[in-house]
Amino acid sequence: MNTEMIKVRAHARAIEIIAQTLFTVCALFAIFAVAAITLYMLANGIPAICEIGIKDILFSTIWQPTAQNAEFGILYIVLTSIVGTMMAVIIGVPIALLTAVFMAEIAPRKVAALMKPAVELLAGIPSVVYGMLGLMILNPVVYRWEQKLYRGSETHQFTGGSNLLSAVLVLAVMILPTVLSVSESAIREVPQELRASSLALGASRVQTIFKVVIPAAKPGILTAIVLGVGRAVGEAMAISLVSGGCVNVPLPFDSVRFLTTAIVSEMGYANGRHRQVLFTIGLVLFIFIMLVNLTLNHILRRGKE
Amino acid sequence: MVSAMKKGKAIKIIAIFGMMVYIMAHHAERGGEGDFRYGDSLDRETITMAGSTSMEKLANALAESFMEKYPDVTVNAEFTGSSAGIESMLAGTVHIGNTSRTLSEQEKTAGAVENIVALEGIAVITDTSNIVTSLTREQLTDIYAGRIRNWREIGGENKPIVVIGREAGSGTRETFERLLGLEYKCAYANELDSTGAVMARAASIPGAIGYVSRDVLDDTVQVLAIDGFKPTDNNILEGSYPLSRPLIMATKGQISTQETAVKKLFDYLRSEEGRRLIESVGLIAPESGVMQ
Repeated sequence: MNTEMIKVRAHARAIEIIAQTLFTVCALFAIFAVAAITLYMLANGIPAICEIGIKDILFSTIWQPTAQNAEFGILYIVLTSIVGTMMAVIIGVPIALLTAVFMAEIAPRKVAALMKPAVELLAGIPSVVYGMLGLMILNPVVYRWEQKLYRGSETHQFTGGSNLLSAVLVLAVMILPTVLSVSESAIREVPQELRASSLALGASRVQTIFKVVIPAAKPGILTAIVLGVGRAVGEAMAISLVSGGCVNVPLPFDSVRFLTTAIVSEMGYANGRHRQVLFTIGLVLFIFIMLVNLTLNHILRRGKE
Repeated sequence: MVSAMKKGKAIKIIAIFGMMVYIMAHHAERGGEGDFRYGDSLDRETITMAGSTSMEKLANALAESFMEKYPDVTVNAEFTGSSAGIESMLAGTVHIGNTSRTLSEQEKTAGAVENIVALEGIAVITDTSNIVTSLTREQLTDIYAGRIRNWREIGGENKPIVVIGREAGSGTRETFERLLGLEYKCAYANELDSTGAVMARAASIPGAIGYVSRDVLDDTVQVLAIDGFKPTDNNILEGSYPLSRPLIMATKGQISTQETAVKKLFDYLRSEEGRRLIESVGLIAPESGVMQ
């Protein structure tokens, strides 16, 4: 009896040890991956900065990587990523937020139950599909707008619909599910008492939503927006199909190049210095994403306090 | 409990030992491969070539299929640029200098012989509804430089021209821009990163113009005549189609004076198999095999 118990205990103990080792190894693997990527990005991105000079990369506008006297200015590319992301957020977030309010506060239970899987499906669609749809459906429409707006213009470079606006619209749709689902759960987490008090004090439903529920869910909604920004900054495939791909000032009807698409489009044939600068672009993108994540952590910490 | 610990340790040790054996075996295998290659190259013939990056596709395809046919010959191809390739060929460090431009008089006097192995032609395409079917070289240059922005200016409909090109680093773009004298001066509206993308965009946007290598052409797009000539095999061979250029494998002295392996390589290029290879990478084989 006694030996039997010892055996069982030993067995349990062995499982404990194995499990603990397994978890530790998995955790180490994730940390190792982050550390390796960071090191790799720094090691590959910094040489070009040292050789060309940070000013000539970050604050120059001429991108001629294969010319005899090559120029590697990525200012327009960086600006495009910033402006494009901001525009996508400005268009996408209000839509997502109001939909979240609808789903959490207004919609009948059955409708909300139908919408939830639809939104999840939207999040699951591969980005290349968004790009294809943008190319086939959105680009011709945007080109029609462009032709109307610039009718008779002698100076406008017509893009055939592949421009910043198309990219922004695709991005706005792509960040919808992220912003929507995170802000919806934030709104649902607002205590019922708050709504009840507000309504009891004579506020209407709309007043309650905008004056009580949304302010109460603010940390969650901000988190949602930051996650959306992260998704938009890092997206490459979809917008490489619809953005036109020329290095230009980010204006709505100009063909533009984002940080991500700059890497995607030229990595195939780039070599030497050109390739190094593409890694530097990767590093800039990496820093952008880091900043987004730091902002997110900051918001989450403030939300807890 | 003790036995369980022991068992665990034993398993760990076996696992680690197994991994070590595996890694060592792998290393040995790799090392063996390397040794084999170095030792063998003593009695193997080696052909080295250096030069134009735009001949990379041809040179690699040639090296691969030639080595398959003649396993005792190694072909090494480096892509250092046309001028650098001729320089190393003249200096004797490589057998063949690949160049996508004709040789200069100076290079010829130094002993370089121009062996044209293939011709490259770039087709200019529009969408099928465009009524402009022919452009002069000047008009094409003006379009790509951004001086002509509407088809109306060159006898077409009142439609903006959407100028499509390839990304920096593309060989087709380099060739196209150089042939028109527009290096880094093109005003593109779309810079796409593959031939297929250029075909698709040019086919779908009314008023688009783009350039692609000839081998991908199909009837989704309209091929323009330049200076009155379509990019047919014949027009390119005769030299009447302006957007074409010879691809040259220059040697120091005539081919007949070269090492056997190099002669074999040129014989292979002249053969029916060689012609098929040249055509398979989108190029045209000259009538006589290798022209001089």
